[in-house]
Amino acid sequence: MASSGSGYDLSSSTFSPDGRIFQIEYAAKAVENAGTALGLRCADGVVLAVEKPLVNRMLVARTTGGYTRSTSTRASRSRVSSATAGRSLTGRGRRRAITRRHHGTKIPPATLSSRISAYVHYFTLHGALRPFGASTLVAAYDTGTKRHSLHMIEPSGVCYEYYGAAAGRGRQPARTEMEKLVVNPSRVPEGGEMISVSEGVRQLAKIIHSLHDDAKDKPFELEMSWLCEGSGWKHEGVPREIIAGAVEWAKKEIENEGENDEEGDDDEDDEMEE
Amino acid sequence: MSHQYTADYDAYAGKSAETRHLKPGELSTGTTIMAVQFDGGVVLCADSRVSTGSYVANRASDKIAQLHDHIWCCRSGSAADTQALTDYVRHFLSQLAVETGRLPEVKVAAHLMRRLCYQNKDNLMAGVIVGGWDPVCGGTVYNIPVGGACIPMPFALGGSGSTYIYGLVDAEYRENMTKDEALALVRKAVAHAMARDGSSGGIIRTLVATEEGNVRDYVSGNMLPYGPAGW
Repeated sequence: MASSGSGYDLSSSTFSPDGRIFQIEYAAKAVENAGTALGLRCADGVVLAVEKPLVNRMLVARTTGGYTRSTSTRASRSRVSSATAGRSLTGRGRRRAITRRHHGTKIPPATLSSRISAYVHYFTLHGALRPFGASTLVAAYDTGTKRHSLHMIEPSGVCYEYYGAAAGRGRQPARTEMEKLVVNPSRVPEGGEMISVSEGVRQLAKIIHSLHDDAKDKPFELEMSWLCEGSGWKHEGVPREIIAGAVEWAKKEIENEGENDEEGDDDEDDEMEE
Repeated sequence: MSHQYTADYDAYAGKSAETRHLKPGELSTGTTIMAVQFDGGVVLCADSRVSTGSYVANRASDKIAQLHDHIWCCRSGSAADTQALTDYVRHFLSQLAVETGRLPEVKVAAHLMRRLCYQNKDNLMAGVIVGGWDPVCGGTVYNIPVGGACIPMPFALGGSGSTYIYGLVDAEYRENMTKDEALALVRKAVAHAMARDGSSGGIIRTLVATEEGNVRDYVSGNMLPYGPAGW
């Protein structure tokens, strides 16, 4: 990076001459290099999917700890990048959710997200602190308004609500893929309908698998969770049979598309690669 | 950690079980308060007497305090304590409303009040009824008696005068009352309490909180449905 060696990147309280804080950009870079995390807000719920790289080929995949965590039964989040940074943030989110529960109601998703984002932002302001090398996806259900939502908080503390959000290595192609899905209620084509959670699970599995190059990339475990009508608006891991079914479907789809591409134009190919 | 009382009977002279916890000169709202849920809102009701021992310090006070746009509370116990409590809850609620960008639930108001009442129970003399309307639960009533419990109820009674009218209200209360039926019930009940309880009196203040807004009303001392004026 152009910033290294310039001396402006030593502290998150130092601005570079053109007004940037390199420490935040480094934190963002750490997220960009981590496994892909996707979130999709569907008609009847929210789906989260994480590509969890297995550091060692001999690891037992299921024991490596979840990247998607429940902050309370109604809200959940998935994180990307630095394990320690992510754990610290998840713990914080849990405490936040609990604090509001003291007032007798569940914390509204936007409030939880903006509180997490304020906390993350705080770590970009002090010379004694380092920004979090983690992006957070918050899937939550609002018991007051009966709406579900997906928020993403980035290392800079920026927090927005999304219909589809992506972080990590494959975020750019993943976004282009997700844009093709019908997730924006105001842009449903005539005669079409919003994507459902079960379809969302398959599509996310397909995106994660299509972005993965078995030859180049490390082996990974696909971790998925949802919060939907079917789960009683509670955050739950997607049952393993359903994930397995989705992966099978995804691999077949990718294979079919590959064959079609070989016959016709192969402009799709560029999109698939990083 | 509770109060230690010596067997000093002079200190109890002329004081009821409710008022003997007060400091000399402290104002008590020795009170009758009441709230009733109905479809779409709540009715809150209170007498207006504030006393220092046997002296009536204020005969037309207002014991129904606003906590938020559609959330109100009836105060009983020490006037100072309950005023401070409602000020705090009003402050926290307004902050919360700004942070969440929506109307707070009555439940949230009640839980805030309960937390203050419970955590400071050794230093407070406050029995509060929180009631109001919110978009999630509609009309809701929470009773927070001395000690800091927090109990959702279809109707609630409080204050020294309430003991005289439990039987009356139990007999006359019905589920799914209309606004006017609820108003008639609270007026009748509080008038009876004011007639029997020495620490309750003055006028009857009522407040109806609904989605449309809040409507205040009162029955003046010479127009009470029951009591010396009607005997």
